[in-house]
Amino acid sequence: MSTTPQTIRQAVIDSVQAIAPEADFASLDPRRPFREELDLDSFDFLNVLIELHARLGVEIPEADYGKLGTLETMLGYLAARLESA
Amino acid sequence: MIEFRMPSLGADMDDGVFVEWRVSPGEPVLRGQVACVVETQKGAIEVEIWDTGTMARLVAEPGQRIPVGRTMAIVAEPDEDWRAVAASPAALAASTATPPPAVAPSPIAVPPTVAGPPPAAPASTAAVSGAPPRPGLPPRASPAARRRAAELGVDLDALAAASAGAPINVADVERAAAAAAPPAATIPAVAPGTAAPAGAPAAAAAPVPGPEAAMRAAIAAAMTRSKREIPHYYLGSEIEVERALQWLEDFNASRPLAERVLFAALALRAVALALREVPDLNGQFVDGRFRRSEAIHVGVVTSLRGGGVVVPAVHDADRLTLPELMASLRDVVARARSGRLRSSDLADSTITLTNLGDLGVETVYGVIYPPQVALVGLGRVVSRAAVRDGAIVATRVVHATLSGDHRVTDGLSGARFLAALRARFDDPEAP
Repeated sequence: MSTTPQTIRQAVIDSVQAIAPEADFASLDPRRPFREELDLDSFDFLNVLIELHARLGVEIPEADYGKLGTLETMLGYLAARLESA
Repeated sequence: MIEFRMPSLGADMDDGVFVEWRVSPGEPVLRGQVACVVETQKGAIEVEIWDTGTMARLVAEPGQRIPVGRTMAIVAEPDEDWRAVAASPAALAASTATPPPAVAPSPIAVPPTVAGPPPAAPASTAAVSGAPPRPGLPPRASPAARRRAAELGVDLDALAAASAGAPINVADVERAAAAAAPPAATIPAVAPGTAAPAGAPAAAAAPVPGPEAAMRAAIAAAMTRSKREIPHYYLGSEIEVERALQWLEDFNASRPLAERVLFAALALRAVALALREVPDLNGQFVDGRFRRSEAIHVGVVTSLRGGGVVVPAVHDADRLTLPELMASLRDVVARARSGRLRSSDLADSTITLTNLGDLGVETVYGVIYPPQVALVGLGRVVSRAAVRDGAIVATRVVHATLSGDHRVTDGLSGARFLAALRARFDDPEAP
């Protein structure tokens, strides 16, 4: 099954909004640390990853958290993971 | 017969507004079951019942403002007949200390709407909110509320009848005016306290404080009391957490997302275990003296989306394994953020932990939450260069602080606590 960038992006948006309903992706700079921008603490972030896992089937190891700093790097990481799956 | 009363959900709570029942007369209730929902300054709280039996008679009604300690329902004990209990004179006396309205008491009927809250239960020191409005008597309203009602053209008698005899304040008047007003966009805003211009609709209400303002007021009340009553002292120490973090990273490496443990849980456990060694920081200061608590219930400062904080308790934090503690913390944080806290979450913390986690500042000097006598603050984890065996190495640290109550302890106790906390972080595997 191929997953398009649009699908991944929508999955990220849905996952974040499941935890932070007010998150506004339209005004989010994709190159800035998005956890700070969207005010996601460690609980929120873990819950976002659980949501993402449910939507995309990608289990992100803790060691890779550093690659998820901005929306841009997160989308790139997820695309690479889905590609190699 | 058991009386189910409005609980106190913190030192700053005087009363709550009853929202809804979750049980019906005749229904069995179990200890720990959610019996009703009450709106407080901390949001809507699910109130648990702490006796097992059968619900006999519901006294509180939606919309009533009920003081702490007031009877909300009568519960039959397991060996009692609930219908007999509901109809018993004792139940009626407890549920309506004022003369009951002229309606035949029916064991299963919800009390009629004119039955206002009865006067305060004997054990309660809370303010009495009011008796049912009686014809011929003026409505119970504050002078400011009367003035505002006159300005806005609100009928106080009608409002008194609608509020079941509860005293009327300015906010009630303004809410009533706003409800009666045409859509706000069609009328010019009028500053609070400004009379509407002659001839204009007398309904231009000032904005009514929303839930956020109520929560802000509750926080302000508790913190003002703290700063007035508690002679705080503050200590701080930088604690290396590299070993703890590495241990946690190993622990999580083999675990699926849903089973991973956050540093916040590990830190909570370290605080709870360190407290065992300095028990004079754990308890409540009530009626002029400190009562040490054997149990360690850590109130965890939880920020809410949209502003404000609540401080739900993680119970017996020193007795849970790390995965159990993580589950407990997750549960309570999720419920706090979704507005589904229970009365037991808010009633009995023995110390507070504010953990700014991986966002936020490096150091926090917290204000003690009365009637507790200490607050532990943990800043964000930061990387530092440290000197070890004469060499410079990279390591990660947190700033730990302790706010203590000088009525109970001195800096020496606080210093012992921070030393114990450091030892706990150095040895994350210790039971």
